[in-house]
Amino acid sequence: MTSTVLDNGLKVLVQEVHTAPLASVWCWYKVGSKDEVTGLTGVSHWVEHMNFKGTTNIPRDQVKGIIEKFGGSWNGYTWIDQTTYMETASTAGLDRMLFIEAERMANCLYDPDDCESERTVIISELQGSENDPDTLLEQDVIAAAYKVHPYRHPTIGWLSDLRTMSRDDLYQYYRRNYIPNNATVVVVGDVETEDVLRRVDKQFGSIPPGGAPRRVNVVEPEQLGERRVEVSREGTTAYLKLAYHAPAVGDADFFPMLVLDAILTGAKGINLWSSFRTPPPQRSARLYRALVERRLASSVGAGLLPTEHPFLYLVSATAMDGVGLQDVEAAATEALNEVASQGISERELTKAKNQLRARLVFENDSVTNIGHQLGYFETVASLDLYRDAPGRIAGVTASEVNQAARKYLRSDRRTVGWFTPSGGDAE
Amino acid sequence: MTTDLQKGISADRHVLGNGTVVISKEARTVPAVTIHVGVRAGSIYDSNALLGLSHLTSRVLDRGTREKSSEQIAEALDERGVSLSVGANRHVMSVNCTCLAEDFEAMLELVGEILMQPAFPEEEIVKRKGEVANAIRQDEDSPAAMAMLTLFGMLYPQQHPYGRPAKGTLESVARIGRSDLVEFHDARFAPAATTVIIVGDVDRQRAVAAGERVFGGWRKSVAGDVTLARVPSDRPRQERVIPMMNKAQADIAYGFTTIVRSDPRYYAYTLMNNALGQYGIGGRLGDSIRERQGMAYYVFSSFDANVVEGPLVVRAGVNPSNVDRAVKSIDEEMTRLTKEGLTPEELADCKQYLIGSIPRLLETNGAIATFLQTAEFFGLGLDHDVRLPALLDAVTLDDVNAAARHTLDTTRASLVVAGPYQK
Repeated sequence: MTSTVLDNGLKVLVQEVHTAPLASVWCWYKVGSKDEVTGLTGVSHWVEHMNFKGTTNIPRDQVKGIIEKFGGSWNGYTWIDQTTYMETASTAGLDRMLFIEAERMANCLYDPDDCESERTVIISELQGSENDPDTLLEQDVIAAAYKVHPYRHPTIGWLSDLRTMSRDDLYQYYRRNYIPNNATVVVVGDVETEDVLRRVDKQFGSIPPGGAPRRVNVVEPEQLGERRVEVSREGTTAYLKLAYHAPAVGDADFFPMLVLDAILTGAKGINLWSSFRTPPPQRSARLYRALVERRLASSVGAGLLPTEHPFLYLVSATAMDGVGLQDVEAAATEALNEVASQGISERELTKAKNQLRARLVFENDSVTNIGHQLGYFETVASLDLYRDAPGRIAGVTASEVNQAARKYLRSDRRTVGWFTPSGGDAE
Repeated sequence: MTTDLQKGISADRHVLGNGTVVISKEARTVPAVTIHVGVRAGSIYDSNALLGLSHLTSRVLDRGTREKSSEQIAEALDERGVSLSVGANRHVMSVNCTCLAEDFEAMLELVGEILMQPAFPEEEIVKRKGEVANAIRQDEDSPAAMAMLTLFGMLYPQQHPYGRPAKGTLESVARIGRSDLVEFHDARFAPAATTVIIVGDVDRQRAVAAGERVFGGWRKSVAGDVTLARVPSDRPRQERVIPMMNKAQADIAYGFTTIVRSDPRYYAYTLMNNALGQYGIGGRLGDSIRERQGMAYYVFSSFDANVVEGPLVVRAGVNPSNVDRAVKSIDEEMTRLTKEGLTPEELADCKQYLIGSIPRLLETNGAIATFLQTAEFFGLGLDHDVRLPALLDAVTLDDVNAAARHTLDTTRASLVVAGPYQK
């Protein structure tokens, strides 16, 4: 893997993988919903959508087809710390992929009619996700868990902001953040590093750097006591969420906490792009046994995601029909309190590490997935952290996990969420 | 790994003495192996009284064998970080296992044991029935799920096995007992109904030897297959609304029945579907409904030819105030395609895209295993990936336009709207 920085500040990562005649290009920006201010929530994500709608040198009606000609797929996503765009196609399309990303960085159009048309598309995206009661609850639990840190805003934004934001708001945000010194280009695949570096320089080298983007330095004050959220709507099923403040990816506690999560709900891995699409090995995990095997819940899951600032360890359970949420909550908190007070066994530690070792292999099985991981870690933390992850996981001790459990799984630092279907019997 | 289109996947296929098919493909990208075992035991084999039997069997199959308790299986999987799931579609139940290469033999043995000697413990059936019932209730609260379940019931009426809910109903699942699972397994799980696919970091000889060792001694016959009724496509247009006033967005499902997988027009339909609802962001439908009119975050079509005439379905999620306009736009795109056809440029673009995407779609072990399982099920041949470019390339504009005219007749469409919408 080669890492370099162009004169304009653009970071470039190249990894050769010669197993298939493919190349994956990712372009990452250090901007996500945590960088948004009140009244403009959702702007990062809306900007992402606008950046697929033509540039000075790619007419609006010719966006479609450039990557398809090389059999490629393309996409993008926005989350709390980052916005990213990707193309994976035959290697012959490499120049075109880099051209699209350079254009996206410097020359997007933001036609006023397109901005308006996209407003309703994004509101449709928001309303579609709110059809799911579990999503509705998660949004409220996250908002309640933070008082001041902008992680409290949903990435898609609040509806009123989506209704009022203007084309100029979008464009200014784009211009401020889409600059080479705020970005990382990643190329992985059947390529030659020197050739890639020449091509990247040709496409991106003349884009001028911009002023350093504003960085969030808000620190969430310590939570002093449990918070509770209740959401109710007509429905068929009750849902529980427990949110604990968790360490950031760069914190020494992150990997012990990752091992703890594997013991509680099975290892997921650390690739947001691919890991969460396949179910974790969890049948012997503590919360699965406490809730699903005891027929209190039909499913349980949790996530510890690598984030730049301290985010949440979010446990979710779907109550079995006829079981009260208070019973699901009692069983879940009992299992969490037990691990915090009594610690884990060596056997559990070994099992969790084995699971994570396997997941790290499974989640790097394509040029696309490898490209994601390199860019993700460079953007939210550092490449070194990513390279060190297998070793860091292998080195986690039981006492570190126990310490993390005591530190983070505290009842006075959690937010409890209930979704109660109205008209149903959740009590 | 498909490093060159001429050579293709080049998998090996062996038929064991008992009829089990073992297909293996060595791929060294990562030190992992995907095991994909398909058995002809999907939901078409459910009786009308016991809808959901195949699905429930898939949920309980791996929860105890004659030798191992559910807990012992859980430990065996979790201590190695193995991902194991069992799922069933209309025709095939599959056990999918992804493990590290070092665990391959042990996992193939466990998968074999799960398939050939399930114990169906009573306690596990009770637990999994509760989970299925919960999932059915969650579907009842999901506009997307309700729209699709209802559409399939309309496209495949009169309890046709393609139109029935694969999970069953609360009533039918409640009726299923242990003896039903045992009988279902006894009737359907047999060597001649089983295909074992092994893809990954294991050499061919080792894969075949392991397949022979695990499955070679299995002796069992399979019950007679069911005959599926052909599906007429000349039904008049039908529309249904499922009001779900507690929701924010309406889901539209709009579809037709099409052709069988063995129909030579399959590749023309594939290209027609790509242009209609896939190319770029949702093809022509996406251009109109998402890009030009800003009505939906998602709109696309999917085409799924099968043993009998499979569906072509358009899906869209829209604000309730836009339902009528969205349906009108879908109708307009269908009419435009049937009347005017594709342009030569559109057809060329779709061909180039679908042919060019083959190496990307066959990059991972899991994707290769699924491709091989499908090829084996439909008898497409081990070299299907190599022949696929020519099959797509041979399709003419007339072929595609004839496919559109044959199927996309709005006066024969079936349409469901589920969500905060009332006529």
